[in-house]
Amino acid sequence: MPAPIRLRELIRTIRTARTQAEEREMIQKECAAIRSSFREEDNTYRCRNVAKLLYMHMLGYPAHFGQLECLKLIASQKFTDKRIGYLGAMLLLDERQDVHLLMTNCIKNDLNHSTQYVQGLALCTLGCMGSSEMCRDLAGEVEKLLKTSNSYLRKKAALCAVHVIRKVPELMEMFLPATKNLLNEKNHGVLHTSVVLLTEMCERSPDMLSHFRKLVPQLVRILKNLIMSGYSPEHDVSGISDPFLQVRILRLLRILGRNDDDSSEAMNDILAQVATNTETSKNVGNAILYETVLTIMDIKSESGLRVLAINILGRFLLNNDKNIRYVALTSLLKTVQTDHNAVQRHRSTIVDCLKDLDVSIKRRAMELSFALVNGNNIRGMMKELLYFLDSCEPEFKADCASGIFLAAEKYAPSKRWHIDTIMRVLTTAGSYVRDDAVPNLIQLITNSMEMHAYTVQRLYKAILGDYSQQPLVQVASWCMGEYGDLLISGQCEEEEPVQVTEEEVLDILESVLISNMSASVTRGYALTAIMKLSTRFTCTVNRIKKVVSIYGSSIDVELQQRAVEYNALFKKYDHMRSALLERMPVMEKVTTNGPTEIVQTNGETEPAVLETKPPPSGLQPTSQANDLLDLLGGNDITPVIPTAPTSKPASAGGELLDLLGDLNLTASPASVPAPQISQPPFLLDGLSSQPLFNDIAAGIPSITAYSKNGLKIEFTFERSNTNPSVTVITIQASNSTELDMTDFVFQAAVPKTFQLQLLSPSSSTIPAFNTGTITQVIKVLNPQKQQLRMRIKLTYNHKGSAMQDLAEVNNFPPQSWQ
Amino acid sequence: MIRFILLFSRQGKLRLQKWYITLPDRERKKITREIVQIVLARSQKMSSFVNWKDLKLVYKRYASLYFCCAIEDQDNELLTLEVVHRYVELLDRYFGNVCELDIIFNFEKAYFILDEFIMGGEIQETSKKSAVKAIEDSDMLQETMEEYMNKPAF
Repeated sequence: MPAPIRLRELIRTIRTARTQAEEREMIQKECAAIRSSFREEDNTYRCRNVAKLLYMHMLGYPAHFGQLECLKLIASQKFTDKRIGYLGAMLLLDERQDVHLLMTNCIKNDLNHSTQYVQGLALCTLGCMGSSEMCRDLAGEVEKLLKTSNSYLRKKAALCAVHVIRKVPELMEMFLPATKNLLNEKNHGVLHTSVVLLTEMCERSPDMLSHFRKLVPQLVRILKNLIMSGYSPEHDVSGISDPFLQVRILRLLRILGRNDDDSSEAMNDILAQVATNTETSKNVGNAILYETVLTIMDIKSESGLRVLAINILGRFLLNNDKNIRYVALTSLLKTVQTDHNAVQRHRSTIVDCLKDLDVSIKRRAMELSFALVNGNNIRGMMKELLYFLDSCEPEFKADCASGIFLAAEKYAPSKRWHIDTIMRVLTTAGSYVRDDAVPNLIQLITNSMEMHAYTVQRLYKAILGDYSQQPLVQVASWCMGEYGDLLISGQCEEEEPVQVTEEEVLDILESVLISNMSASVTRGYALTAIMKLSTRFTCTVNRIKKVVSIYGSSIDVELQQRAVEYNALFKKYDHMRSALLERMPVMEKVTTNGPTEIVQTNGETEPAVLETKPPPSGLQPTSQANDLLDLLGGNDITPVIPTAPTSKPASAGGELLDLLGDLNLTASPASVPAPQISQPPFLLDGLSSQPLFNDIAAGIPSITAYSKNGLKIEFTFERSNTNPSVTVITIQASNSTELDMTDFVFQAAVPKTFQLQLLSPSSSTIPAFNTGTITQVIKVLNPQKQQLRMRIKLTYNHKGSAMQDLAEVNNFPPQSWQ
Repeated sequence: MIRFILLFSRQGKLRLQKWYITLPDRERKKITREIVQIVLARSQKMSSFVNWKDLKLVYKRYASLYFCCAIEDQDNELLTLEVVHRYVELLDRYFGNVCELDIIFNFEKAYFILDEFIMGGEIQETSKKSAVKAIEDSDMLQETMEEYMNKPAF
C-alpha cells in the first residue's frame, strides 16, 4: 500500500477542482483511502490521515469516522500525534458525541506529563470543550496545576478552571484556596487569566463577591502600575501597556464596586486617572475609555466622575470612527434614564447621528432621541424626527411613527400642533403606521372639538390625490363621515377654507370603496362614513342611498352586513336615522402605555348601526347587544352591554373592578359626559373583584344551554352564601365539528327584574374537534328571586360563512335562582 | 467570553472555525452560513459591529480574509477588535507576512497559534513574544520527534 498523500498535497489537489462535483469526487476518493488506512490500524500515517480529514471537515464534509482515530492519536506517545489528535478532538469530539468521555483518561495522564507543552494541550482541550462529567473527574488535576510555579501552565489552568466552573458551578469552592496568591504574579498571562477567573467567581456567587472585595486595593495598584510604568515592548499596543489586562481589571472593579460604597470610593481616583490620561487617538485607547465609562456608570461613583464619563461618550459621538460612535450611542442609551440631564447636553450631536450612514447607528440615535424628548425640546426634536421619518429606511418607519405619536401625546404644546404632527406622520409614512394607532388617533381628534373643521379639511386634502395609505385613509374617512358638514360649510378658522361640495366628498369616499388598494377594513370605514353623511348632507341623500344599496350584495360579508343594515335604516327606520347617526360622543380613554395600546372603549370605536328600537337611555355608544331588544320582543327587557373581546387575552374570571375602571372613572379632558352604563352601582358592592366567591354554595348542577350544529354551550353556576341574589354563570362553548369557529360572540338578555353583566370572553375562536373552549362569565343579579330565564344570541364564522342563532334557555336548575 | 471565531474568504469559504460552545454540527453549519451572509452583505460605511440574536458580532477584514468573533453582551466590542488584530499579528510574526494562502495550507498551525492566544473564549496570553515562543518551542518538539522517527509527519 503506497504511503497516503501528504496533507499539503491534498489541499493543493482539491483547490484545482473547478466544480463542486469535481471537488466532491476527489474528497470521496480520498475519504475511501483514509477509511481503509484506518481499518488497517496504520500507526505511522494516522496523524497525516486525520489531518487531511480535518481539512475536509472544514470544507463541510462528514468526518465522524475519524473520531476514534483522534482518540488513538491522543493516546500516542508522539507529540506530533497528540497535537493533531487534540486538535481533532476539539473539532470532532464535543460533548454530544458518545466517545467524548473516552478522552478523560488520556487527558488525565497528559495533565501530569513531563513536557509542559503536552500538559498545555490537555489543559487547552479540557478548557475549551470538556463536558460536565469530564470536568468533575479532572477538576482536582486542574486545581493542582493552578498552584504550580510554572506560569505557562498556571495561566492555562486558570482558564481551564473558568471552564470547569461554567460547566459545574458547584465546584467553584474547590478553587478558592488556589486564588490566594494569583494576583501577586508578575507574569501578565497569569495575571490576566487570574482576573478572568476571579471575575467568573464573583459573577456567580455573592459570597465570593464579598470575599474578593478586599482585593480592590491590589487591583487598583496593578492598574496604576500599568498606566504609570514606562514602555514595555512585550505588552505594548500603540503606546499603551497591556490594554487587555487593563480592560479586564476595569471590568472586575466594576463588579466589585457595584452597590458597594467603600469599594467604589477606593477606585474613584484610578478611574479618573484612566479616564483623563488614556491616549484617544487609536482604537485601543478608546477601548479602555469605553470600559472605564461602563465601570463609572455602574458603580456608586461621585457625580463629577459620572459627568466625566458622559462627556467622554459625548466626545466619542464626534469621533470619525463609526465603531466608536456606535459604542457611544449604545452606552448613552443605557444611561439616559439615570443621568438624563447629562445626556441632554449632547442632544444635538445625537440628533446629528440620525443622518449617519450606518443603519445600527441610526437606530440607536432614533431610540436615544425619543428618550431625550421632553416638554422643552419637543418642537425642535419633532422637526428632526419628522425629517428622519421622511428619509429613513422602511424598517424604521413603523417604530419611528409609533415613537412620534407617543412623544406628541405626552408633550404636545398645542392641539393644533398635535394634529399637524399626526397629519404629517400619516402623510409621510401612512402605510407604516401600526393599525392600532388608528383608533388612538380618532379618539384624539374627537377630543379636540375646536379643531374638527381644520382636521377634516387637512385630511380631505391629504387623500385627495392618493388614497393608498390605509391608516391615513381610515382616519380620513372616519373624519369625513363625522365632520363632513363642517367640511362643506367652509368653516375652517385655522387656515384658508377649501371649497368642497357634497358631491366631491362622496366622490372621494366612493373611490376609496371601489379602489383595489383599499383593505377590507378601510372599505368598512368608507361605507359607514358615507352613511353618516346622509344626515349631514342635504342634496345627495339619494346618491348615498344608491351606494348603500349596491353594497348590499357585496361579496365582502362585513360590507354586505353593513350595507343591508344601513338600507334597513333608510327603509324601515328612517325616523331613527338622524338620532342614530348623530355626532359621536367623546370617547373615554385608558392611559396608554405605548402607541400600540388599543383604546378601551365601551363597545367599538366606530358606530355599528342598530336595526332595533332605540335603547331607553339616550346616547349610548352603540353595540350589537341592543339587537336583542328586538328579539326579546318588548320593553320589558333591559339591554345588556357585553364587553367586546379586547386585544389582550382576557382571563375568564371577572375583573369587575377593572371593567368598570375602563369605563368611565377617570375624568376626561373634554367636558362631554362619559357614555352611560346601564349597570347600577350596587353590583359593585355585592361582589369582590375576585372571579369566584370564597364561600361558594355547594354544587349546583350545570346545564347544557345550547347544542346545535356542533356548537355546545354549557352553563356552570356559583352562588355566594353571603349574597344570595347574585349568581355567577360560567359559560363554556365547545366545537365538535372539524373546522374552527371564529369571531364567536355570545350575547344574552334577561327579563327586566334581573340585572345582567357579561364579562370579556377568553377568546373569540373555538377550536375544532373539542380541543378547546371559550369561557365567559355572566353575573346575574336576581333580588326578587324570580325564576331565571335567558335569551341568547350567538354569532360566529364557520366554514367560510357567517352563522347566527337565537335560543331561549329555560332549563336553569332551581338552585341557581331560588 | 467569545462564543466562536470564524475566518472566511470574500467568496464565503470557511478557512477556520473555533467554537467555544457546544452545538450540533448542523446548527454550526447553519449559523456559519447565516453569519457569512450577514457580514459579506455589509458595506464599507457600516460599523464593524452587528447585533445578531443575543450576541454581538465583531468583524474585520484583512486583505481577502474576514475575521469574525461572536461575543456576549457584556464584552467590550472595541477591545475585541484589538483581539482580532493581535491574532493577525501573531500569525504574521509566525508566518512572516502572512497571507490567506498560508492559512489555507497551514490551517492546523493557525489553530495552534489561536490556542496559544485564546482558550475557552478568553485571552490566555497578552504578550506577543510569549505566545509565539510557545508555538515555536512546540514546533521544535515536533521536529525533534520527526528526526527521531526519521519520517515526515504530514
